Amino acid sequence: MSCFLCGIIVNLPLYVSLPYMEYEIKSDEKLNLGIAELWRYRELFYFFTWRDIKVKYKQTFLGFAWAVLQPLILMAIFSEIGEAFNIPREGGLPRPLFAYSGLLLWNVFTSGVTNAGNSMVINANIIKKIYFPRLIIPISGVLSSLFDFVMAFALFIPMLGYYIWQGGVRLHLISFILALPASLIITTVATFGVGSLLAALNLKYRDFRYVIPFMISVLLFATPVIYPISGSHFHWAKYLFALNPLYSAIEIFRNSFSNGNLHIYLVMISSCSSLLFFTIGLFYFRKTEAYFADLA
Amino acid sequence: MMKPILEIKNISKRFRIQHNLQPYLSLRDSVTSFFKGSKSFSEDFYALKDVSFNVEAGQSIGIIGKNGAGKSTLLKILSKITPPTTGSIISRGRIASLLEVGTGFHPELTGRENIFLNGSILGMKRKEIQSKFDEIVDFSGTEKFLDTPLKHYSSGMQLRLAFSVAAFLDPEILIIDEVLAVGDLDFQKKCLGKMEDAGKTGKTILFVSHNLAAVQNLCSKTILIHQGSIQQFDDTGKVISTYITQHRMVNKIDLSRRKNKKIHFTDFRIQEDVNSNGIHTYPEKECTFLIDIYSESETDNVQVGIGINDRNNIRLISLSTGFLATKYKLKKGINTVICKVDSLPLKPDTYYVQVYVGNGFEAYDVSYDEISMEVLPADFYYKSVPDYSQGSVIVKHEWREK
Repeated sequence: MSCFLCGIIVNLPLYVSLPYMEYEIKSDEKLNLGIAELWRYRELFYFFTWRDIKVKYKQTFLGFAWAVLQPLILMAIFSEIGEAFNIPREGGLPRPLFAYSGLLLWNVFTSGVTNAGNSMVINANIIKKIYFPRLIIPISGVLSSLFDFVMAFALFIPMLGYYIWQGGVRLHLISFILALPASLIITTVATFGVGSLLAALNLKYRDFRYVIPFMISVLLFATPVIYPISGSHFHWAKYLFALNPLYSAIEIFRNSFSNGNLHIYLVMISSCSSLLFFTIGLFYFRKTEAYFADLA
Repeated sequence: MMKPILEIKNISKRFRIQHNLQPYLSLRDSVTSFFKGSKSFSEDFYALKDVSFNVEAGQSIGIIGKNGAGKSTLLKILSKITPPTTGSIISRGRIASLLEVGTGFHPELTGRENIFLNGSILGMKRKEIQSKFDEIVDFSGTEKFLDTPLKHYSSGMQLRLAFSVAAFLDPEILIIDEVLAVGDLDFQKKCLGKMEDAGKTGKTILFVSHNLAAVQNLCSKTILIHQGSIQQFDDTGKVISTYITQHRMVNKIDLSRRKNKKIHFTDFRIQEDVNSNGIHTYPEKECTFLIDIYSESETDNVQVGIGINDRNNIRLISLSTGFLATKYKLKKGINTVICKVDSLPLKPDTYYVQVYVGNGFEAYDVSYDEISMEVLPADFYYKSVPDYSQGSVIVKHEWREK
């Protein structure tokens, strides 16, 4: 034992030369976003996202094809329904293109919200055993849904090309290049907001397990995926639908390759709503995260 | 004079205990209690009360105490997993905590992938893992299965892989919980060795364990926690002797603290024991241990172990299904597991019995400090009882002239 101690004493000066980092752990009531800390842990985003994607497609015969197959099948169904009930088309878009472009962003939202919303409960055993910035978990859930988007988007390009070649669709290249990131950002921001809010709530009230799928199936009818919202009978209903952050994302995206008009006010309401969800989600998560390990 | 690497100042942790509620909240409960305006369900409980101490760089500190004394809460606060209710901690080094090995392991991922995932969760950089990758694999001895999904590993292999990643952590302060309670003995020894190496290279270690021998070997100073407060912080030898003398065994599996466990012990007894007060047996006699285990659902691959420790809590005998490659299948409800020893080679004395049930990787329930066993003096092979300096194990032997 004494020898053991000597070793330590001899080694002590080593510590003087080490980078000196001092921090305090205490009951912290004030909010801070902890961007610097998230940056220090940036590799963990990669590993969690990578794990989610890997695990999702492991032991599947079709693998990544699932990311394309799901929107493709839904596209076929929605186009048929549109045809059968003669649902009005907006901006003269062919039905499959109308449905698929909406589904692209819709899927980012639904899978992102589902992943993120359940992520804290699923990873509860990790949360209870080790510290890292908790935000990494829901953010990674959203990132892995963006991976599916990339796969599905790869099919969208030839589809778009086909309809342009057919002559029914005109592409405004510059607005397309601007609209794509804009709509993706609006979607991602809203997805993260709703997802992290649900993640935090889910940990405390397991009721939200049931809320998430229900909310998503209801929201589909308030999103311009199957039919255009502007065709609504009631004037005021448009404003209500515009509270849906996906409204602006999908409209901005579609507008870049259709002949429709953007309803600027509605798009602005919807974009603000996206930002609002983001802020509420982020702050609620940050405010409650310290006690996640006690609740999980 | 250097500042201490860790300053723990007046830490308290309060939990609100909810009575008669599910382990997690439901919205309905919150809403109803809001409208009723009653807070009478809940009661405050201090897991830690005003704990303060300093750790100098390079020190290895043991933390001991009974189950529920607050050791784990202290470690969780130190590892930033849960915040203290009051008080603060100043840390002057990178902390890595090892409250569990294999945190974040995913059964669908391969061994290689899990090394990276787990390493990253433990706070290692990708480059760091890459540079240590071969050593980690070597230490674990699983190179053949690197590209096999973890779900096909045996539980022992999973554990070895998990510990190997952890063993290559290189923080300034290392916090270790009872992670060595599982796994085979050889590997436990290897792990302890690796940790002693860590101590010798000047790392600061905080080590929680029920294994007093390990604490004795590893730590120069030890903290004894009792009911959420520090009872003693002194040289390890002194603290351990306080702990042992104050330690009163209750000889009963405490069901109240096992309410939330899906699989747990309900009773421990010896079949031949006719005396209902306490647990007794005789030297060199047949001895059948009966362990009652409650299981919430049918469970496969269950391992059970019994450890017999002496007064100093040094392990004398381990009886484990693991040694005999036996596995149990638990049915729903109470199961009785039987372990028969033909002749118990222990001298008359008081022994401490620890029981374990788990799958070799995860401990479902461990009883460390609840059961004591009296080996009563009776007619046996030795003509006199060995004293405390002569060991506890008795072996048949003969003396002759050549």
